[in-house]
Amino acid sequence: MTTFLTFTIIGVVSGAIFSITAMGLVVTYTTTGVFNFSHGAVAMFCAFSYWQLNQSWGWPSWISLIVVLFIEAPLIAIFVEEAFMKRLFGASVVRSLMVTLGLLLILVGLAQAIWAPEIRSLPEYFSGSSLQLFDVNVTYHQLVVVAVAIAVAVLLRLYFQNFRSGIAMRAVVDDPELLSLAGVSPRRMSRLGWIIGFFLAALAGILISPELSVSGLDVNLLTLLVVNGYAAAILGRLRNLPWTFAGGIILGLAESYAIGYLPGHIPTNLVSQIGLLTPVVFLFVALLLLPSARLRAIGRLTVSTPPKVASLAQSLRGGVAFVIVAWLATLVLSASLIGSVTQGIALGIVGLSLVLLTGYTGQVSLCQLTFMGIGAYTMSQVANGGASWWGLIIGIIICAGVGALIALPALRLQGLYLALATLAFAQAAYYGFFSNISFIPQGGAIKVGRLGIPWVSMSGDKAYLVFTAVAFALAAIGVLAVRRSKWGRRLVALNDSPAAFATLGMNPTVSKMMVFAASAALAGVGGILFAGQSLALSALDVQMFASLEIVLFVTIFGIRTTQGALLGGLAAALLPLASSHLPPWGVGATGIVAGVGIALMANVPDGIVPIPWINRNIRIPYLSTPRSSMNLDTKDLNVVG
Amino acid sequence: MSLAESTLETVLSISDVSVTFGGVAALNSVALDVCRGEVTGLIGPNGAGKTTLFNVISGLQEPDRGTVLLKSTYVTKLGPHRRARLGLARTFQRLELFGSMSARENVQVGIDARREIGDLTAQGLLHRVGITSDADRQVSTLPTGEARLVELARALAIDPALILLDEPCSGLDDNETQLLGELLRELANEQRGVLLVEHDMELVLRICDRIFVLDFGEIIAVGTPQEIRENPVVQAAYLGTIAEPEDDA
Repeated sequence: MTTFLTFTIIGVVSGAIFSITAMGLVVTYTTTGVFNFSHGAVAMFCAFSYWQLNQSWGWPSWISLIVVLFIEAPLIAIFVEEAFMKRLFGASVVRSLMVTLGLLLILVGLAQAIWAPEIRSLPEYFSGSSLQLFDVNVTYHQLVVVAVAIAVAVLLRLYFQNFRSGIAMRAVVDDPELLSLAGVSPRRMSRLGWIIGFFLAALAGILISPELSVSGLDVNLLTLLVVNGYAAAILGRLRNLPWTFAGGIILGLAESYAIGYLPGHIPTNLVSQIGLLTPVVFLFVALLLLPSARLRAIGRLTVSTPPKVASLAQSLRGGVAFVIVAWLATLVLSASLIGSVTQGIALGIVGLSLVLLTGYTGQVSLCQLTFMGIGAYTMSQVANGGASWWGLIIGIIICAGVGALIALPALRLQGLYLALATLAFAQAAYYGFFSNISFIPQGGAIKVGRLGIPWVSMSGDKAYLVFTAVAFALAAIGVLAVRRSKWGRRLVALNDSPAAFATLGMNPTVSKMMVFAASAALAGVGGILFAGQSLALSALDVQMFASLEIVLFVTIFGIRTTQGALLGGLAAALLPLASSHLPPWGVGATGIVAGVGIALMANVPDGIVPIPWINRNIRIPYLSTPRSSMNLDTKDLNVVG
Repeated sequence: MSLAESTLETVLSISDVSVTFGGVAALNSVALDVCRGEVTGLIGPNGAGKTTLFNVISGLQEPDRGTVLLKSTYVTKLGPHRRARLGLARTFQRLELFGSMSARENVQVGIDARREIGDLTAQGLLHRVGITSDADRQVSTLPTGEARLVELARALAIDPALILLDEPCSGLDDNETQLLGELLRELANEQRGVLLVEHDMELVLRICDRIFVLDFGEIIAVGTPQEIRENPVVQAAYLGTIAEPEDDA
């Protein structure tokens, strides 16, 4: 009984922190309409700042707390809102996701640049003080955490129900124009939403840090707090604060009981990963329990002109030209660059999978590198460390099957849920599978061979680069052919108006599942070619943050174009190479590039490739249209009809 | 023609439909039927619940209570795409076009969605609704009136047995409205059911066979245009004292 109580108390304490995280996410989402994927990264950055003030510089706790919670977090919120978010008001899920993902990468990059890896820990508050509760030792720190969470929940509830500005904050997403007619500035309300969100993120980060006594402060672990947060918030459908609070507590208890009682019943390798896997399982169960979202006529009309789709002749010419350029590149590039460029082109195929899924259909996947890993892993298993065309076929089938299975619970719901589910799946796959020494030896890799064609040796890296380029060209021609086809029109129609799509007799869920499966399969092909270059697949190749980077890079270059896919893939492969030549702060180079990226994304939703001075065939009307800071982008404006 | 005299086949029959939004009754025990070969009008002031009723019929809104029968099939629990396959098409008050596509592509998506192979072409359908040029222009650049006609052409692409039109005339000039009225009569003559929500009372009173009047979520009157025009309850709730149509029909 004492054990059970102990795990219950630990669960309630963790749950309280998850609740604070989740409530912060919900406040920002309900008041700005933007789901902040960087919420965990904010928590991480503020926890590190607190460590810097309190531990490194020796400032008293209360001063450090005031500085971080009431100065740093609000200032970052105001900067972020001013620099990026104000342009996202009413933006599509895809666009707002990309910007917050970019922010996540910036914060991770900055943290890595500022705080070199070492073991850092924060002491508990009132360290050493405790009281007995039913024979269980409860520390004052634990009591403080629970009390703070309850106070936050009660105060938020009171604020949003009873205060004029709280009610106005709830109204801002529904109808900003109506709100401004009532004499309330929507901008101010929205900014307040960001400030409260960042404040709560910082609070959660500081409260959870002393709990991480084993690993110490960890950039990745703290950033992943966002997954716990949104898993808890799912219970409140990302909107309801009391249910979100309950969701946090339930998740904390589930995790604590899993840690307490599962060891001995599950493979030993997974025991240390329970904490990271529980929110994922929780999320998927919650997704299954949620009722299907109702399709709504939202009365929106795309105003941007889509990038021109190349004809078959044009795409064939482009493909041939690309292969020739790739062959020429083999003549001038150094051996190490040839390897990276090959991997970049393979990542370009993963990028093409995003063109199909996100560019054409408007669905988001944050786990494309997971499918890449599954493809390569399947090839390794089927061909026993070598490569065979059967491996490719089976890899495609498995990726498509897993993709459909993962997407199904989320596809019944709105687009954001698919993004949440895919990020959670990426986390589960990385920590439960790719980092699991039963599947990939620790610190090592599994062998994956190179696909080839009869009578052509692929053992040389140059030949393999050209082979990969041919594969990319074929895939790009295929993706463009899909766009021109009946199916492609359907995908775009589904993106433009799901309600009209359904009222013409087409099933949106089935169509989304099919495109998700196709996209997963294409990412799998990219993975097989990627791993073929280094003849191996390691867990590092499919890290979940790398999945975010590829989505971001492809979006920056143009997620509706095949060129964007290629350039995004090349950037993802070549950037780490560049940053390795930079001084130590260069570790954060990815973050800096992401920063440029999100600045672009906030202004140029279609990415670089379709910008008129780069591609004269494409006209982007909104670039020439001056807009006020609160002027809504009618392309993405969701107005309930 | 009164309801009792109607011998036409009923294509849509809804009964006792109620919808509430957070305690506010948007529809309260609404009953309505549409027959093939008829243009049925649904009128009422803004906020009366007309669009909500369209959403219930097309499956975008599940009612709290009541039944929807489409071609005698119980469809209350079916999704919008299943209802469309049974022959229901609609247009929207706020345009729901595939904005990044041309007018022709919009209609083509509708044609492609059909399971049976027919002889409809995008060009033919656009021509039928009165769009002779602009077929290859991106629909988001079209004037509202023309965009509404594209929506109508797209709805016709699935060869519907019943078509719901939500304010199709807004944005059209008098001449275009006149032509649209003729088209709606044609559609009825092809043995389709047409349910029309429209604020242009001259048109509604001229082309409809029967009219339902909705006010505060309740049907307050049903009848022929003549009966509706003379109904004092309808005059008080909606038509006011300017009910006399221009006598050109």
